[in-house]
Amino acid sequence: MCGIAGLHLKNPALYPELGHLLTPIVEALTSRGPDSAGVALYDDSAPTGQLRFSLRADSPSYDWSAFAAAVAGHTGSVTTAVANFNVGLVSSAASETAMIDAIDAVDPSIVVVGVGESMTIFKDVGFPKDICDRYGIPRAGGYQAVGHTRMATESAVTMEHSHPFNPVPDLTLVHNGSFSNHATIRRALMDSGIKFDTDNDTEVGARYIGQRLGKGDDLAEAMRRVVKDFDGFFTLLVATKTEFAVVRDSFACKPLVVAETDDYVAVASEYQALADLPGINAARVFEPMPEDVHSWTR
Amino acid sequence: MDALTQTVLNCRELGVTGVNRALRQLPDGSSVLIAEPRGAHNIGVGMMGKWDITVDGNAGYYLGGLCDGPNFTVNGSVGWGVGENLMSGLIRVIGNASESAGASAHGGLLVITGDASLRCGISLKGGDIAVAGGVGHMTAFMAQAGNILVGGDAGDSLGDSLYEAVIYVGGKVKSLGSDAKISEMTATDVAKVKELAAAAGFDHIDAENVTKVSSAKTLYNFDALKNQRY
Repeated sequence: MCGIAGLHLKNPALYPELGHLLTPIVEALTSRGPDSAGVALYDDSAPTGQLRFSLRADSPSYDWSAFAAAVAGHTGSVTTAVANFNVGLVSSAASETAMIDAIDAVDPSIVVVGVGESMTIFKDVGFPKDICDRYGIPRAGGYQAVGHTRMATESAVTMEHSHPFNPVPDLTLVHNGSFSNHATIRRALMDSGIKFDTDNDTEVGARYIGQRLGKGDDLAEAMRRVVKDFDGFFTLLVATKTEFAVVRDSFACKPLVVAETDDYVAVASEYQALADLPGINAARVFEPMPEDVHSWTR
Repeated sequence: MDALTQTVLNCRELGVTGVNRALRQLPDGSSVLIAEPRGAHNIGVGMMGKWDITVDGNAGYYLGGLCDGPNFTVNGSVGWGVGENLMSGLIRVIGNASESAGASAHGGLLVITGDASLRCGISLKGGDIAVAGGVGHMTAFMAQAGNILVGGDAGDSLGDSLYEAVIYVGGKVKSLGSDAKISEMTATDVAKVKELAAAAGFDHIDAENVTKVSSAKTLYNFDALKNQRY
């Protein structure tokens, strides 16, 4: 079991409220996933053309300013850092590969959790409430968010194995369920040159969609291919810089509830997680049918 | 306590455990309003008292499951497994039901005034289900006994691996499951549909013009008397 949470805000007046609205949804799904939790937050705060790296250090007192200066020395691009507990949000106009090389050269103990122009990721092992408190998620703003609470069934409970997964910049995926043929698809993806961080089944789904988008599929098309190529049980929530989409497997073995109003699209594994959203009683509430991709574009 | 006054149990304040504990203290004949259910799971599961319970809002999973006594009216929609393993009584949902509505119900009547989702009446064991709208795929999968009345359309694989349960569909059947067949409506069937529609309070069912689906019995070979082999 796992919990999926997501918010796609249509009304910009709600952007400052993103974290405040999302946090209760994530916390309400604790019973579905007490092992680890994570959120991806999408906002417009980064300067155009810069990538933001969500980096993880062992210590909350890590010196991110010194780290950013050292990375800038490697890439030749101005690099800035904002610290949030043990996560550093490091922005630079350098390319993704130049930054990854520089990060590794400066401090190989630093883990890259997420990369995107619009997106930051906070995820960790432990109770969802503790993780949301630790990273100040209730105070975060933005235009959409993806969240997850994990009850691990097929691979280890670590920060790296927790969701969201971020296979390519700005793409995030969370999953409730398990893929049964992930090893086969992982081998095929590895044969085409794609690198993996973990042995987790969800990472295979994320990298599969990343590859399909790279080949020109739109997000809905890539998600329909997942339904064809992957065996197992899954409800997926996937976001890009502009899109927000959900799909369930052919048997709809894993739940999902969508609530849509003029102001927002909210999704959660269980209705009770959405019960306190403003305007929920007037929302159009529905459960996606098997194999139907529902997507919303900013 | 005066049975004519309504007891109000607030689910936000008491939590589900508190609501269910308070229910068990009530005398037969009580009228109860469960306020602010907010999608909570397991409301009124496993209750034996003869109470009339109104749930004022959307409820979560397993509402009224295993019950042998109370009647429920839900002013809202319900999550997975409403009335699962229901033994007796009436559950009336004025809204939609998610997956596996009435799963394994042994008795009683489950009424859904909107639509029911996938696997409605899966493994039904003798209870009755009446859905005013449509039902999702694999409805009545392996249903053993009881009746399902569907006012609207039925999804794919209706009645897959049916035993003795019978399904009546007012609208279209998208596809039949393995070993399900469309059978002829008899006078007994018409009377049964009229009885179910009346009990459910449905006035949009034309009992003479529903599609009856039952087991083709090509997979189903159980016979308790056959050489006493079972």
